Amino acid sequence: MPLLKNGEAIADTWQHVAAGEAVPPAGPVVVPFERWKAEREALLARNTPLGVRLPNAQNVGELAADLGRLELIVLEFPKFVDGRAFSQARVLRERYRYRGELRATGDVLRDQLQFMQRCGFDAFEIAAPNAAEIWRAAVNEIDVFYQPAADDRVPAPRLRRSA
Amino acid sequence: MYSYDEYDQKLLDQRVAQFRDQVRRRIAGELTEEQFRPLRLRNGLYLQLHAYMLRVSVPYGTLSSRQLRGLGHVARHYDRGFGHFTTRTNMQFHWMKLEHVPDALADLAKVQLHGIQTSGNSLRNVTADHLAGVAPDEIEDPRIWCEIIRQWGALHPEFSYLPRKFKICIIAAPHDRAALRIHDLALRLHRNEAGETGFEVMVGGGLGRTPFLAKTIREFLPKRHLLSYLEAVLRVYNQLGRRDNLWKARIKILVHELGVQKFTELVEAEWQDVKDGPVEVSEAEVARIAAQFSPPNYEDAPTFTREFDELRLNDLGFARWLRTNVGGHKQPGYAIVTVSLKPPGGTPGDITAEQMDAVADLADRYSFSEIRVTHAQNLVLPHVRRADLPVVWRALAALGLATPNIGLASDIICCPGLDYCSLANARSIPIARRLTERFDDLSRLHDLGELKIKISGCINACGHHHVGHIGILGVDKNGEEYYQVTLGGSEDLNGALGTILGPAIHADRIVEAVETLIEIYVALRRDGERFLDTYRRVGLAPFKERIYAPA
Repeated sequence: MPLLKNGEAIADTWQHVAAGEAVPPAGPVVVPFERWKAEREALLARNTPLGVRLPNAQNVGELAADLGRLELIVLEFPKFVDGRAFSQARVLRERYRYRGELRATGDVLRDQLQFMQRCGFDAFEIAAPNAAEIWRAAVNEIDVFYQPAADDRVPAPRLRRSA
Repeated sequence: MYSYDEYDQKLLDQRVAQFRDQVRRRIAGELTEEQFRPLRLRNGLYLQLHAYMLRVSVPYGTLSSRQLRGLGHVARHYDRGFGHFTTRTNMQFHWMKLEHVPDALADLAKVQLHGIQTSGNSLRNVTADHLAGVAPDEIEDPRIWCEIIRQWGALHPEFSYLPRKFKICIIAAPHDRAALRIHDLALRLHRNEAGETGFEVMVGGGLGRTPFLAKTIREFLPKRHLLSYLEAVLRVYNQLGRRDNLWKARIKILVHELGVQKFTELVEAEWQDVKDGPVEVSEAEVARIAAQFSPPNYEDAPTFTREFDELRLNDLGFARWLRTNVGGHKQPGYAIVTVSLKPPGGTPGDITAEQMDAVADLADRYSFSEIRVTHAQNLVLPHVRRADLPVVWRALAALGLATPNIGLASDIICCPGLDYCSLANARSIPIARRLTERFDDLSRLHDLGELKIKISGCINACGHHHVGHIGILGVDKNGEEYYQVTLGGSEDLNGALGTILGPAIHADRIVEAVETLIEIYVALRRDGERFLDTYRRVGLAPFKERIYAPA
């Protein structure tokens, strides 16, 4: 799956370990949340980058204590209309100050990319050959924002005050 | 009223350009209908039975004369010369062609109108008391807060893919004229014991298959915290609202399943975290917006003139119109005029391009260029000098817009139904037309007094049948149109959902059945009782017995 990070198409260096698979001995690994809970100690003992894939019904607060050790959190959009991960992303960024990579996977629509970016996502699994081009168009179509979110864009009410 | 600044206008222009490109991609075949659907719905464009339908947002039901002319322009140039006002105070154009929609939206953008978030599982148009700013009983103008929410909620990155649509309504008077408690989130501005104004917050109202009236989760919310509290409510809903079943996805079901107390606890806990954060609206921004809702420059107008008095005494038509279509205004010497879009035999809420232009002209001359849209699908000229009432009445009568029936049996709320809507099970417009023809005798209509008939063509209840004194719901039985009748619904603050009368009634007999219900009321009523009062006193039984009596 092509990976778009900070607007560039890059290769995915992470190893995605499914529920029943063995965890590879070396290299960055990302595991499902259930597995993280079950094998947390062993995973934390690894001297490699760690990531967790979080179902969108999961309260992100349960990961709060481990966020300093995580470098990747993958959030799921099983269908584009299912917007729960937008809230998970903002809470991770704004409440828990998570600084690692926040990746959107699943049914990721071009026309949702800007919303995702505003909610704190910085990486996207997109099934398109020209992902970088799509990205540039999608995140620049609108450049007025009314509400504060997890990005650093200045909302209109604050621009009005400083004008 | 609120006028866009450079930021508001820029966002809207960019949005039009964005949608123009999406339509281009669709017509060029780069997008399938399946891919295009969510994009057009974000802009209020539906694909219905016969054509595309464009729903244009009328924020909190307030229009300038320029905006009403803009709607007339779209009706004339891109549709069939008319438009339809909905129970959400929006305007629908039912005969659009896809290739014209970007131009229509660009023309609307010039008058600060759009279709953003009039569809989809997003924050919809915020509605308000249609007498905001002019009602004598109001404590302050709720539209200031509607506009603050409108801006905060426009293209909201977190809350654009909610489990289901989300409708907010605000009132600021003891009388509810906006059907407040049928909304997902209902806000009532009131004064606490310390004399400060704030919001009573109610959640979980809605009609449809499982009707509920909104329940209070907070008695008093200081105004400065409105946006953080909304963020908390919506975040709880976005994460916990049901997504497994379309019919159970509205917030009313979440509130019902969790219980009000548990839901409130979750919201309050979430709120503690976002309260006083960057989302809170600043005093400067409130002041900037509030200034745009300051009252127009009223004159020291006379309360009565000789012409007014003579006409009132000598012309029954004018007297009737005064009784039902004219209300008291905050400002002495001024009145509030309701423009009836319910002529006998007409489609409730429909208005032609010529009528739109003419009402805009009247607003310019007699109402500080302002018009309101009501949830009952009528228009309002909110600031008319009492001395001007005779001339305004004559002008409206000449346009067919002065039917003296506001709040009476022929002031029917009605959804578009199976004539247009792909969700409908039965037609609702022909039933409304036949009923208004039946009740076109003005003496009788005025004698019957307040009687709210509401018709929906399917269980989604866009015609609010659950809260009609007489509610009529279209159902399909083996390809034939039947109508289920409910009695005793009411949309005011002490509102109630109607009770089902009995088995659904065939289309051929429904008008006769309503006539019978009204005859029963007339036979049973005591002095001064409205239909609803009599129903509450005598209950369902006398009505049911007669309607279902063996022939």
